[in-house]
Amino acid sequence: MSKKEWPLWEVFIRSKQGLSHKHAGSLRASDAEMAINNARDVYTRRSEGVSIWVVESNEVVASDPSESGPLFEPANSKAYRHPTFYEVPDGIKHM
Amino acid sequence: MTKEKALFEYLIRRADDSLILGHRLSEWCGHGPILEEDIALTNLALDLIGQATEWFQYAAEVEGEDRDEDDLAFMRIEREYKNVLLVEQTNGDFGKTIVRQFLFDHFQNLLFEKLLESEDEQIAAIAAKSIKEVRYHLKHSSEWVIRLGDGTEESHKRVQESLTDLSRFTEELFFQDEVDQILNKEGIICDTADFKDQYYKNIQAVIDEATLQLPEKQWQLDGGRKGVHSEHLGFLLTELQYMQRTYPNMKW
Repeated sequence: MSKKEWPLWEVFIRSKQGLSHKHAGSLRASDAEMAINNARDVYTRRSEGVSIWVVESNEVVASDPSESGPLFEPANSKAYRHPTFYEVPDGIKHM
Repeated sequence: MTKEKALFEYLIRRADDSLILGHRLSEWCGHGPILEEDIALTNLALDLIGQATEWFQYAAEVEGEDRDEDDLAFMRIEREYKNVLLVEQTNGDFGKTIVRQFLFDHFQNLLFEKLLESEDEQIAAIAAKSIKEVRYHLKHSSEWVIRLGDGTEESHKRVQESLTDLSRFTEELFFQDEVDQILNKEGIICDTADFKDQYYKNIQAVIDEATLQLPEKQWQLDGGRKGVHSEHLGFLLTELQYMQRTYPNMKW
C-alpha cells in the first residue's frame, strides 16, 4: 500500500455575509472538490460558515521569518499610522 | 388495517432505515481511514440519527400510547425493526461502507423529493428538512464511488466486489404492501414504482463513471420490512440497546 499522503490544503471560512474569509486550518484531500467537502465536515459542522475557500498549501507564498526585521519592525515606531486618535462611533461592528 | 396503523408502520420503516444506517456509520467513529473521512462519516451518522429521531417522534405521536422516541429506538425486539436489509449489512472495508451508503442515498433522495409533496404536513416537513442533508450524503458517497472505482486496481476490485454483493438488496428499497397502498390512496406517500427507473438510471450513471459494473441479474433478498432480518441485525441491536436494557429508563 502506498504511503504517499494526499496534498495539504489551507481552508478559509467566511463566517457570515459581509465579513472576509478567515484562515480556519488545514486538511488533507486528493483534489479540490474533496478538499471543499472535507472542509465542510471538519470546519463548518457547527454552522461556522457561509462560504469556503481552499488553497493547496504549496501554492501559498509566505514571508521569510529571517526577514521579519526589515519587513515588520519599521512599522513599530510609527504611532501616527494608527487611527488611535479617532473615536469609533457606537454601533460600528467588526473593527 | 386502519390509516393510523398504516401511518405508524410507515413512519417506523422510515425511522428504522435511518437509525440502523446511522448506527452502522457511527461504528466508524475513531476508525476512519483518515481523520477528515472519520469526521465525515460520523457527520453522516448524526444526520441519520437526527432524521430517525424526527420520524420516531411523529410515530410515537401517531401511536398515541405511552411510548416516546427513545422507547421506539431502544426497547423493541429484532422482529419489530422494519428497516431494509441493505442498511444493516456490516461495514466491511471503507469501500463497502461507501457502496452501501451510495445505494441508499440515491433511494432516499428520490423518496424524500416525492415526500415533499405529501398531504401529511409533518411528513412533508421532515422530508424538507432532511433532503438537504441527503443531497450532501449523495454527493459524498457518489464522489467516493467514482474515486475508488476509477482509482487503483485494488480499490476497483474491492468496490466492485462490494457492489456485486450489495446489489442483492436494491429491489427491497422499493418494497410495498398494504401499508403503502392505504397511505398512497390518501395522498400521503407516492408509489415507489414512480421513481424506480430513475433510481437505477441515477446509480448507473455514477457506476459507469466509476468504471464499475452493476450485475445484470442478481438474486434479490427482502424481508426487512416485515421484520425478517439478516443475522447482522441482532448483533447490532445488542450494542445499540445495551445501555437501555442494562439500566432501564436511564437518561443522559
